[in-house]
Amino acid sequence: MTRAPAAGQIEPRAGQLMPQAEQFEPRAGRLRSRAGRLLWALPPVALLAVFFLHPLYLVVQQSFRPDTGGTSLRPYADVLASTAFREALWTTVWLAMASTAGCLVLGFVLALVIAFVPFPGAKTVARFVDVFLSFPSFLITLALLFVYGTVGMANGAWTDVTGAAEGPFRFLTTPWGVLLAEVTYFTPFVMRPLLAAFSQLDTAQLEAASSLGARAPRIVRQVILPEALPALAAGGSLVLVLCLNEFGIVLFTGAKGVTTLPMLVYSKAILESDYPGACVIAVVNVLISVGLYGLYRVVSRRAGA
Amino acid sequence: MGIRFDGVTVAYDGNVVLDHLDLSVGTGEVMALLGPSGSGKTTALRAVAGFVRPAAGRVYLGDRDVTDLPPYRRGIGMVVQQYALFPHLRVEDNVAFGLKARRVAKPEIRARVAEALEMTGMAAYARRHPRELSGGQQQRVAIARALAIRPGVLLLDEPLSALDARLRSDMLGELARLHRELPDVTILYVTHDQVEALTLADRIAVMNEARVQACGTPRELYRAPANAFTASFVGNANLLPVTVARDGVVFAGAELRTAAAGAPAGARATLCIRPHLVGLGDGPNRLEGTVTEIQWRGATSRLYVDVRGHRVMADLGELREPPAHGETVDLHFAPQDAVLLTAGVTDD
Repeated sequence: MTRAPAAGQIEPRAGQLMPQAEQFEPRAGRLRSRAGRLLWALPPVALLAVFFLHPLYLVVQQSFRPDTGGTSLRPYADVLASTAFREALWTTVWLAMASTAGCLVLGFVLALVIAFVPFPGAKTVARFVDVFLSFPSFLITLALLFVYGTVGMANGAWTDVTGAAEGPFRFLTTPWGVLLAEVTYFTPFVMRPLLAAFSQLDTAQLEAASSLGARAPRIVRQVILPEALPALAAGGSLVLVLCLNEFGIVLFTGAKGVTTLPMLVYSKAILESDYPGACVIAVVNVLISVGLYGLYRVVSRRAGA
Repeated sequence: MGIRFDGVTVAYDGNVVLDHLDLSVGTGEVMALLGPSGSGKTTALRAVAGFVRPAAGRVYLGDRDVTDLPPYRRGIGMVVQQYALFPHLRVEDNVAFGLKARRVAKPEIRARVAEALEMTGMAAYARRHPRELSGGQQQRVAIARALAIRPGVLLLDEPLSALDARLRSDMLGELARLHRELPDVTILYVTHDQVEALTLADRIAVMNEARVQACGTPRELYRAPANAFTASFVGNANLLPVTVARDGVVFAGAELRTAAAGAPAGARATLCIRPHLVGLGDGPNRLEGTVTEIQWRGATSRLYVDVRGHRVMADLGELREPPAHGETVDLHFAPQDAVLLTAGVTDD
């Protein structure tokens, strides 16, 4: 069997034809630049490890360490068997999905109006959407409490007018209150990418469709919506993940019957001091988020976004 | 179906972009709106399509006043510079779009899509997406899409401006052929390119600064332009400021013989001579000047000659001994080739 000459065997021979320095300097330079690039990658990797990967590792580790000692799947078996967990899981998933659906519909309609219906102040409204994104989520809930809370404006007006002891608006402490708050707060997260997509849309396409005989609903359905799909997917998946992990809104509405996974983590860890249980739920929450994000990546890539 | 503009005025924020347009286009006629950008030609087209609302005046399609109709009820085919195809739809679905919007029966849609694609030579590309087509092919699809709804009026807004020169001349031939095949379709063709207008149009309306400067057949506009703007925009004529004399004109102190002026002696006028009608060497109506620039264009050479402070262009055929830059040359032109314009003369 003849061995192919290794690269190292050829190079010195080729090197005889040219000055040594010229042959080796570029390679040294390449090595140096590669080392340099690795060096630049170190700080972000280190930060990621210290502030994200290590805590995540600790959470996962803790989830396999029952209070009785040792390493086992016991915490998982306990948590997965409990009705509280299963109810929280269901509440979390349906609330997040319903909120996302609500945000997509509302966001699409509002973005359509802002982008395509000429009204004075449309630009200001579009800019306000950006500002809205920077608001803390509990602020919206607080605002809803002022309006619809048990002693809020709506109920206050009702009791003043009718003389009744209590107002009729009590939905805020139900899942519907959480849903309303989440839709209100997260809709701008859908509008932002949509408005960007709409501004890229060629108005000549809309005009062509119109002169071909299409009215507004058909143009929205067949021209605007297909162009907006990537933006809807991006905004929708972001909102879905944010809703799955939302804590502030659920806490602030004070909805007793609404326990989501983050709320359950909070009550297990802080109120019951059941750290393994809390960590199990946290791991499940992380898995759901990562799984949905992965699904989004696959779907969006297939959609050509 | 003809098009009639009746005193159409369009203004944006008080800025008049189309000023009292009166224009009639007959059924089956090709009318070119020719002018520089900002002349109001596209605005006129958009008023027909229904995308701009006139501040005053009416727009008629045939006998119908369409001024207040939304675009989707006008039944007009429109093709724009950037094609505006729907990127997510295949070619056949792009062409079918207008038919579906009009709720045409399915079997007929299939037949009419096939017909329109056949007519534009795009039948082989029916299953492609727009992004898989070249610019020229995309424009053919856009034309097929506009024709599929069998419009009485076809609006073409700079349809060839995004294509390269070679393709543009091919497509110009294609458009002429399509119009021969569809003689009843009235075409309003907006362009800034005089070649397109001269080649394709039955009549040309030359526009500038929101108004029609001249309207007539290509020959009329070329041979006897009504004013200086038309003369320079159509055919890039030499425009020389002259004073009318008894049997000719006076240009920079030299007397030139021309056709009858129709203006009193002493009146200011503009003498219009096409560059290709100017000859090199001595002859009648001799103009002596200095060569400032020579542009060789293959079949012809364009000479820029400074004649007493005025630039005169001459397009000359094959030159055995082309004059050098800075050389003094004689130019001449036949009296009957010059057109004397007395309207719209400025004092420069």
